[in-house]
Amino acid sequence: MLRPAILALLFASTLTSVIIAAAALFGAHLLRRWDLRSGGEGQLRLERRTYLVSTAVGLALAVQAVSLLLFVYNADRMAELFVGAMCAVGTLNVNAYGFPALQVRIALFFLAAVWLVMNHVDSRGYDYPLTRAKYALLLGLAPLALLQLYLEWRYFLGLNPDVITSCCGSLFSAEAEAVTADLAAIEPRLAMGLFALSGVAVIAAALFNRRADGRHGLLLGGLGAIWFVVTLVAVIAFVSPYVYEHPHHHCPFCLLKPEYGYVGYLLYLPLFSATVMALGVAAVRPFAAVPSVSGVIARLSRRLSTAAAVLNAGVVLIVGIIVATSNLMLLE
Amino acid sequence: MFWGRQRYLIDFALSSLWRRKGRHLLLLVVYTLVVAALASVMLFTEALKGEARQLLAGTPEVVIQRMVAGRHDLVPEQYLERIGRVRGVRKKAGRLWGYYYDPTVAANYTLMVPPERHIAEGSVVVGEGIARARGASVGDVLALRSSVGEVFPFRIDAILSAESELVSADLMLVSEVDFRRFFHFPAGHYTDLVLEVANPREVRKVAEKIALALPDSRPILREEILRTYASLFDWREGLVLTALLGAVFAFGIFAWDRAAGLSAEERREIGVLKAVGWETSDVIALKLWEGALVSLCAFLLGYLLAYLHVFTFSAGALTPLLKGWAVLYPQFTLAPQVDLFQLATLFLITVVPYTAAILIPLWQAAVADPDAVMR
Amino acid sequence: MIELIDVKKAFNHHRPNEHWAVNGVSLTLEGNRLTVFQGPSGSGKTTLLTLIGCLARPTSGRVRLDGKDVSGFPERFLTEIRRGTFGFVFQQYHLLRGISVLENVMLPGYPAAPRYGTLRRRALELLERFELAHKAHAKVEWLSGGESQRVAIARALINDPAVVIADEPTAHLDTALAKGFLTIAEELRAQGKTLMISSHDPLVCEAPIVDRLVRLRDGRLAESA
Repeated sequence: MLRPAILALLFASTLTSVIIAAAALFGAHLLRRWDLRSGGEGQLRLERRTYLVSTAVGLALAVQAVSLLLFVYNADRMAELFVGAMCAVGTLNVNAYGFPALQVRIALFFLAAVWLVMNHVDSRGYDYPLTRAKYALLLGLAPLALLQLYLEWRYFLGLNPDVITSCCGSLFSAEAEAVTADLAAIEPRLAMGLFALSGVAVIAAALFNRRADGRHGLLLGGLGAIWFVVTLVAVIAFVSPYVYEHPHHHCPFCLLKPEYGYVGYLLYLPLFSATVMALGVAAVRPFAAVPSVSGVIARLSRRLSTAAAVLNAGVVLIVGIIVATSNLMLLE
Repeated sequence: MFWGRQRYLIDFALSSLWRRKGRHLLLLVVYTLVVAALASVMLFTEALKGEARQLLAGTPEVVIQRMVAGRHDLVPEQYLERIGRVRGVRKKAGRLWGYYYDPTVAANYTLMVPPERHIAEGSVVVGEGIARARGASVGDVLALRSSVGEVFPFRIDAILSAESELVSADLMLVSEVDFRRFFHFPAGHYTDLVLEVANPREVRKVAEKIALALPDSRPILREEILRTYASLFDWREGLVLTALLGAVFAFGIFAWDRAAGLSAEERREIGVLKAVGWETSDVIALKLWEGALVSLCAFLLGYLLAYLHVFTFSAGALTPLLKGWAVLYPQFTLAPQVDLFQLATLFLITVVPYTAAILIPLWQAAVADPDAVMR
Repeated sequence: MIELIDVKKAFNHHRPNEHWAVNGVSLTLEGNRLTVFQGPSGSGKTTLLTLIGCLARPTSGRVRLDGKDVSGFPERFLTEIRRGTFGFVFQQYHLLRGISVLENVMLPGYPAAPRYGTLRRRALELLERFELAHKAHAKVEWLSGGESQRVAIARALINDPAVVIADEPTAHLDTALAKGFLTIAEELRAQGKTLMISSHDPLVCEAPIVDRLVRLRDGRLAESA
């Protein structure tokens, strides 16, 4: 299937993979040769190349963010091409590679963002204390980037218009036999409780971490990751039905459509940003004892924790407004 | 601090671009043309898809054709009763339409009996394309030679509005009596039958039942036509874009070459900046801002050009490539639309390749030795 | 105070055309002095200035700035230190063509991003001080040699550095202008700045304001006065 958006996405994935694979190769070289004490030309060359790597990974992250959005958008737009598909869920379900491709995309997005947070801290310590950890992480990112490319190729090449796919109605309906269906079948009362509880926990952890200059970074990171998952579950379990005002419409993608005032962006953008921040704070926490960057990490942790608290409070607020203003009643 | 610095850098980037506007002009022109070409294709196909969607929105959900020996044949009136009462069908009717080849302008017309509009005998309503081709206007008489050789004079009652001319250009609406006489169309027969189905989810069920009731018929679903149209347009668009990707690639090499071929003066300038206290990442940021500003200009200009090309000048350069199944090229104006999805796609296949292409040369320039100016 | 301990700098290290521009210099330079590095061309005085001014890292040896070892610092931090501590006046002045005198003077201030008004005022004050206020909005290619050098000095002072490094400052000046430069140097010295000048011009080397003369030959100290 030849669509401009598919061409663009495959190009984006190829570019990301090439950048990250090349950066990882350089990382492997650097891990063997890195010697800060030397002012020799070899070390100078290595240090200079790190500028290229940070800029290129920055570009890869930007491309990844735009293409993540485009990937979901494109899946939604392609719905008219498949029998049974009404939105992104249907097209992602056309073959077995759609959802894995999306999940790997999201994972890669988060890891690339965390890498840039580490890079930011590293470049502020005169002894480059995070360099080894940073490049080791990059070595781990490379297979993920290649996996993303592979899944996406398989997904787009395997788009067969004759397939009758199932859409959000069946995937997220409580009767279907899938994990997603289990999520949809969660008692709204339970999901709301879970959502409220972890929301309070993550905001409290962020504020706590801010006052402690980042000493509880790992806690915030862990809670942030849980919160991310819980919020997605909550979207499927009760936020979506409230938005659509339909008790059996659980789709997390239709929220992005203009029919629903693009409310999905209001929800997902702060959620993704706050998760990046929480994970970033946790990733640099192990280096907080290094004298050259301890001040930088404390300052950064305070800033990111504040931002994460505000953004997550925004998520809670938006969900609250959705629930309060909806005409649907899930709870008696 | 961060934004303060970026403001200084943007300011300086603007002044650097301005100082070397001659050097950047060629790049900007090529860049703009690349964006304009890609954007034209995308805007045009999207508009065509929109037209098709709009057009089909008014058509019935199911069309039933009768097949004889695998060929499309006329449908006897009785079929309407044989369908009987199928659940979910709101309305059923027979349609009369056909094609007529007009040798004087070497074009095919679509003759049709409109189901809702009443047309008096001897009159005709024609599409803009026919009116243009024959140089006729309202009140004129259109003389057509029928299938048995007699000449039929039709008085033009009205000309269809140009709103969705893509479809109505070659349309000719006549009365049922005229239609049957003109074509010697057997009485009691229709070209095909149409059904309106209330609930779109039941369309497939309805089609299955009809296939059972009328074994020699072929139901055609609107959603299927829509899907075929959409993938056909997508496929054509993709084909043209793939061809254009070669141009994007060439442009990438051009941009790389431009970025790598810095003049001695520019190299000296970077050296001076580094010597007086600019850091490598400041220089990289400066160059990225320059690239971003160039991209912004090229993107906006290119998109604007494409917009004008498609919506004001009716995509003159693309018509033969993407449209064309009729001889009567409609001179239609497409409904303008700007779409975030499209912009993101366009961004990924123009700005991102450009940025990727200049990345390495830009870095090479930025890591110049700060002590070079002292040597 | 700047200390150099057995500092060496090689170009094309480990290659057949290897060249040791500075080959084992140990030196302590006091603050608030005017030091002149003297030697024939190719003696390594300019390279030594780049090492002192944190423009380059030594291949081996240590550079200490106020007791802090900066020789192992990566470029990013050397740049930060350099920006705050050193101002440079290059032999060719190296002003950027096509932009105004004022912008040239302000350029080194951009990365630290002070408020625009503050930076501009500081630049105008410096231009005033060097009698160039009327040329603030002129392009640098219209300036004479002496004016260009004074713009370069103003640019070196914009970040208020403790040390001003000048490479062959009188090479392109006639005697009157060279004397003018020495007057400025004396003023800066009186203000408490440290000056380091490389030169083989006798007018400079024998000037009474020079506190210390360091002689170099083949990348080593010849003798210190």
